[in-house]
Amino acid sequence: MAWLLILVPLLAAALAFAVSSPTLRAWILPAVGILHLGLLLVALGGWRALPATAWFGLDALGGWVLLVISVLFCICAFYAPAYLALRPERDHRVLSTCLLGFLGLASLLAQARHPGIAWVAMETTTLVTAPLIYFNHNRRSLEATWKYLVIGSVGIALALLGTLFIAYAAHMGGLEEPLRYTRLMENASLLSRPWLRAGFVLTLVGYGTKMGLAPLHTWKPDAYGETPGLVGALLAGGVTSCAFLALLRIYAVVAAAGEGAFARELLVAFGMLSMAWALVFMIRQTDIKRLLAYSSVEHMGILVFGIGIGGLAAKFALFHLAANALVKSVLFLSAGNIHRSYASKQLPFVTGALRRTPVSGWLFLLAFLAITGMPPFAPFLSEFSIASGALGTGHLAGGAAFLILLGSIFLAMSETVVKVVFGTPSAQRVRTPYKDAPATTAPLIAALALALVLGIWLPRPLQAMLDHASTTAEGLPSARLEVRP
Amino acid sequence: MLPDLLIALTMLSNFSLVATSRVSKAIQFAVLQGVLLGLMPLAMGLGRHFHIVLLAVAAVTVKGWLIPFLFRRALKQVHIQREVDPYIGYTVSLMLCALGTGLSLLLAHNLPLKPGTEYVLMVPASLATLFTGFLLLVSRRKALTQVVGYLVLENGIYLFGLLLVEDMPALVEAGILLDLFVGIFVMGIVINHIRVAFDSTDTRHLAELKD
Repeated sequence: MAWLLILVPLLAAALAFAVSSPTLRAWILPAVGILHLGLLLVALGGWRALPATAWFGLDALGGWVLLVISVLFCICAFYAPAYLALRPERDHRVLSTCLLGFLGLASLLAQARHPGIAWVAMETTTLVTAPLIYFNHNRRSLEATWKYLVIGSVGIALALLGTLFIAYAAHMGGLEEPLRYTRLMENASLLSRPWLRAGFVLTLVGYGTKMGLAPLHTWKPDAYGETPGLVGALLAGGVTSCAFLALLRIYAVVAAAGEGAFARELLVAFGMLSMAWALVFMIRQTDIKRLLAYSSVEHMGILVFGIGIGGLAAKFALFHLAANALVKSVLFLSAGNIHRSYASKQLPFVTGALRRTPVSGWLFLLAFLAITGMPPFAPFLSEFSIASGALGTGHLAGGAAFLILLGSIFLAMSETVVKVVFGTPSAQRVRTPYKDAPATTAPLIAALALALVLGIWLPRPLQAMLDHASTTAEGLPSARLEVRP
Repeated sequence: MLPDLLIALTMLSNFSLVATSRVSKAIQFAVLQGVLLGLMPLAMGLGRHFHIVLLAVAAVTVKGWLIPFLFRRALKQVHIQREVDPYIGYTVSLMLCALGTGLSLLLAHNLPLKPGTEYVLMVPASLATLFTGFLLLVSRRKALTQVVGYLVLENGIYLFGLLLVEDMPALVEAGILLDLFVGIFVMGIVINHIRVAFDSTDTRHLAELKD
């Protein structure tokens, strides 16, 4: 089953490359998305029984992250055929191939039980997503791709060095290959502390670059700004989740070794910095896709902040991964629809979206309210729980700063969003033939509905999975018992 | 003895790299550094492991032949000779490089080596090379020089990897070869696109996107 999750999307990628009919090719995406989700749900039934010697397999943490990615991929994939039909001038052979390739590699990463394999998966994920950013084939998208590649490659190179440092820490402690996570965590006390700390800093910077934590996020506004909303949604919720998972695996080892306090301080600092930095660039932002990119920087900050606080906040940071991915997909896809309708994504031109594209306009507005923490959507639950986790564990200053930043970000974002959705469309602006259709809005409605349901009711199996996932992420002993056969 | 000499030469080439304004010279120094490091495993007496010899051969072939070949082709097409007007000047770059090397020595001092390891210079040299690559990446405007920076950064990681290559060959070799692959092929492809789109490889043209 582990192999099927990886091989099905990769084979489908090859198929998509071979198929010559654009319509048929576009429909491979949703078909594979549903198949992958189905396979994953079957596989998740058995996530408890993972032998310590396994090279691949789903534990609660990997399973949770892959579930988020798989659902997100389905939403994007069902949106894709209608969107690609709107862009007949662009050949989407490479786009479809790379999207499917990404799903396969994300499955590899989620199931990897060895930091080296996780690194390889992360590196190849960078490679397959670079052509996605270049989809529009113009100078601006080329610039964005160049920055993504250069900054991303440096990040991934630092993550490799960090992984090697941790391997050296194990080497010092007398541990030999294969250094699977299970072995590293069971023998964490043997690892050499200085190397472990240095390794964690490097992997935090390296995978943090891929997540887009400030100040290493500079590729993000360009990349998200220049790609279709479809790709933006998958980058913001999928690629970043992969990098977050790779970082969490290393964090678990560091925490199991008793260096958790050191790591948590760094995570809280990076989290706060990302939120504050994002806030500064959201103020008076006129480009709606860049606004969403900075929102993504903010939410990556919330994720590492929650992990840094630990306990309840760590559990809801993992929940926030799903909340953010769902709502971000609605934001990026509806922004994409608005972009199609106005042929622009800049503020003075894009106004009155509620009148011109009512469904996308409403979705954009509701998703904005959801992402900034309006109850009863899922992000409210996670942001509220992270804040109360912080305040409840004595991080008074951190918790207060977290709430103030969330409030300021709401104000900063709302200035732009209000101008985009309300008002009257300017008369001079040429009207493009784009009109909201069920095919370009139904996947978004489904995603927003899911975010609403998760905000009110978390099913018991998911609850149990989250509990296990957060103990694994924090390197706690109960998690180590769980992965034994 | 021989490994220490190679490491010293590597650190010297770091300084030459940041001090030169000619793109072709920078490429030559990066190639020289790559070949020196490619020969390192043999100098360290690891020649008895067949897979390590293969790694050395792959590293020397790619860094000593394939990369210069690709660079020469790119240079011929875009007619650039000098790095004009870098973000950080050559004198300052040189001083930063010296500072980085000093910091690397200091940092490496705090990272104890496994008892019995004879190559004490390996870690500081690796960190210094990493820093040099990073400096080149952020301080230069030409896409080609930025790729040189990436290669130097990768050389630094390769050097550290040699400490572990005997005990954890799969991890080190897979990581290094894949990293190298990205450096050349992918960035090579993008440089080609930049050349076609802008008729130059100056990343100053890539400055439309900002806040």
